[in-house]
Amino acid sequence: MPVETWLLFILSYMIVGSIVALELKNILASIVSIGIVGLGVSISFLFLQAPDLAIVQFLFEIFALIILVRAFAKREYHEEKAARVSGVMYFITVIVLVAVLVVSIPVFRALPPFGDPIMWVANYYLKNGAAETGSANLVTSVILDYRAYDTLGEVTVLFTAILGALTILKVRSKKEEREEDEDE
Amino acid sequence: MTVYVLCFALFLVGVYGVLTKRDLIKIILSTGIMGYSANLFLILFAYKKGAVYPILSKGEEIKAMVDPLPQALVLTSIVIELGITAMLVALAIKLYEKYKTFDITKIRRLSG
Repeated sequence: MPVETWLLFILSYMIVGSIVALELKNILASIVSIGIVGLGVSISFLFLQAPDLAIVQFLFEIFALIILVRAFAKREYHEEKAARVSGVMYFITVIVLVAVLVVSIPVFRALPPFGDPIMWVANYYLKNGAAETGSANLVTSVILDYRAYDTLGEVTVLFTAILGALTILKVRSKKEEREEDEDE
Repeated sequence: MTVYVLCFALFLVGVYGVLTKRDLIKIILSTGIMGYSANLFLILFAYKKGAVYPILSKGEEIKAMVDPLPQALVLTSIVIELGITAMLVALAIKLYEKYKTFDITKIRRLSG
């Protein structure tokens, strides 16, 4: 089968899976079944000739599952009621989203067709990457040589996000501190 | 082209979750779905028919290769997504400690 057919199959599977994951009542089942989407993306990366990305996506999926389950598994969970918007607004939301999808189809028609990318910059990297950087893996040569400043910025963003998460978890409000002081 | 449309449909499923769900955990999962589809869209752009992955090997003739640039950018973007998920989870845990619920319609007061 050609790659496009496989991708169509995996993408429809992922769309159905994500809707099911969002509509499930049990929160643990919901967290686990979001893995359909993540692992589907990983398989699509394999079909799209991006093996390094497939591995990273797979690891991301596992780590995200561990973080989410560790954070939410033991907490007392409320019964989920219907959507937070009322019935009419719910239907309006769905209709607007479908309308956005239909209206955006001409935009996708204007893009270069699937399997035929514009490779102005990439052709230079493919031709000279190995000679200029000495890396056999051209993705690595882009990350660590041609676009090293981008990577530095992205690592800064990652560092800030993790620092933010740790700070949010550590910080306690003044009221709590006062209560603890009174207890002592 | 159908592949692009389906990928955008996946993004819209994420938007639907963010807009209509009342549960903080499901909103976090929906932002995850949006991230997945954005990454996948960039890689769909990079694919070239009949091309191989951009890794050279000795003694092998250079055939057509897919675009390495979006792959390099998405590689870091996936890792950043993990950091963002961790930060959202930390915020959700803090909110739970204060309000004892994940239901965002019940989280109304904003006091320190």
